[in-house]
Amino acid sequence: MVELLHQLSSGLALGGVYAITALALVMIFQATQLVNFAQGEMAMFSTYVAWALLQNGWNYWPAFAFTVALSFVGGVVIERAIVRPFAHAPILASVIVFIGLGFIFNALAGFFFGYTVQSFDTPFNGRPWFGAKFMSAHESGAIVVSLIVLALVFAFFRFTPLGLAMRAAAQNPASARLVGVRVGWMLALGWGLAAAIGAIAGMMAAPIVYLDPNMMGGILLYAFAGAVLGGIDNPWGAVLGGFTVGVVENLLGAYVVGTEVKLSVALIIIVGVLVAKPSGLFGRRIVARV
Amino acid sequence: MASRLAWGLAVVFAASAPFWMSGYHLYQGAQVLIYAIALLGLNLLTGYNGQLSLGHGAFFAIGGYGASILIVKLGLPYYVAIPLASAVCFVAGFLFGFPALRFGGLYLALATFALAVATPQLLAFKRLDFLTGGSEGLHVPKPGPLLGLPLSVDQSVYWLCLAVAIALFAIAANLLRGRVGRALVAIRDHPIAAESMGVDAALYKTICFGISAFYAGVAGGLDAIAVGFVSPESFGLALSLAFLVGIVIGGLASLGGVIFGALFIEFVPNYADQLTVYFGENAKALPGAVYGVMMIAMMAVAPMGIAGLFRSLAQRLRKA
Repeated sequence: MVELLHQLSSGLALGGVYAITALALVMIFQATQLVNFAQGEMAMFSTYVAWALLQNGWNYWPAFAFTVALSFVGGVVIERAIVRPFAHAPILASVIVFIGLGFIFNALAGFFFGYTVQSFDTPFNGRPWFGAKFMSAHESGAIVVSLIVLALVFAFFRFTPLGLAMRAAAQNPASARLVGVRVGWMLALGWGLAAAIGAIAGMMAAPIVYLDPNMMGGILLYAFAGAVLGGIDNPWGAVLGGFTVGVVENLLGAYVVGTEVKLSVALIIIVGVLVAKPSGLFGRRIVARV
Repeated sequence: MASRLAWGLAVVFAASAPFWMSGYHLYQGAQVLIYAIALLGLNLLTGYNGQLSLGHGAFFAIGGYGASILIVKLGLPYYVAIPLASAVCFVAGFLFGFPALRFGGLYLALATFALAVATPQLLAFKRLDFLTGGSEGLHVPKPGPLLGLPLSVDQSVYWLCLAVAIALFAIAANLLRGRVGRALVAIRDHPIAAESMGVDAALYKTICFGISAFYAGVAGGLDAIAVGFVSPESFGLALSLAFLVGIVIGGLASLGGVIFGALFIEFVPNYADQLTVYFGENAKALPGAVYGVMMIAMMAVAPMGIAGLFRSLAQRLRKA
């Protein structure tokens, strides 16, 4: 029983990481109908920045805040400088550009920080919370951080004028522009937010999966699976999908298929959802006018 | 006419290589040909048919592992094993493409990305150890001399790859010149118009995926006997993405372009390796950096790749 609870809670901890990564993906998708394949590598690079700060004697939370802020700026700059010029290019070109971006961040991380696997500190040290035997302090902390991120993102989009403007820009760019929303900048802000969320996801994942330039490959895949499962145009669906994938992956890995082939669980989920219900559990069916 | 001349010269040049190249360089030449075959397959799919696959490394792996298993475990000769394994690839590509194809390019990209990431784990799956050798991989005997001629192993492998490459290029060129090729391009450029002209888009797309996987499988099979070894780690996401890099840099929707692409993905990592002398271990990052910058730069200034640059240069010369 304790073992099962343990698997469930580690599933939830990583599921939180998948959920916020999926949320970041969906934010970009809603605005541009594109999936950012560089999301994982950008998050990995942010995590390395935090790691370098920690190595230089920074305390955890200042390093955390600085990394998130820097990632936000980085995301905005990348959108303005690299993604924007391809706004009207075919999907193929955009995906190629994203993959190019991924290559670049992977190479930068490898070049500056090396390919050695590093351990990454967690701020949630010490004894397990609430006296729970089945859950490490970091897992509890990661779940709480994911939930805080989700709450903040929700509050931002629901209760602030800027959030409203960003939603408007994503849903109906033409009308949003007519009422004075600067659609281009909203998109750049969206990229900034996605990069910042990705940085948090990376910092929460790194103590569990360890830090190396290829750390986010699997995480991004599970986030894709979560987003597809929940419906790639529905943020809440994607979040729920992320948590679900985390738990399912962990349970299947522990009890059914074995941890060595866990990644294929994501493959099966993605292909399975595409076959059975392409819009995902909570997505809207897209009907195209011919 | 000029392009026919260029192809002729390229074939003569490539066929003569074993007379003046040797050992490792010939092996690299064979690798270039193998990559060219795989890139050709991917380009049929992505360049001509507009479907994005981030997982062609998986079909390369099925070809490589399939051929290796048939050779090592069943004792089949390679000229039987590789076609059989490639046929398996065709079926695998057809089946995999079937669900994913109906839902736009992005979903296919996601599904194939998942395939690429999961492949090494699947290849190392413990319960298939008896076939695949698990994480250790399989050693494959190198083929004997071609047609019983007094040739070295490297020469045999090289000419074998060249012969197969020429045949597959000719098939692809014929396919693209006719009805099928027009249908594929029409589906890429305007799916709705293509459908209303009577092109069965879903069928063509799935078959194109199958053919593309077949090409990747042939390349994988040749790679297995050229290297003499297959292991799960060599068929990861990096390989699939390298194929994408190859067709982007060589030129989307160009047969000649895949040769430039193949040269690029064979030699850039090689030269970058030599730079470790100057930059230390972390120079491993350089090929990735070059790939990334080149991909974005190509999309910005030359979406049709190196082949496209040559084409526009030729046009300009003709006008002048």
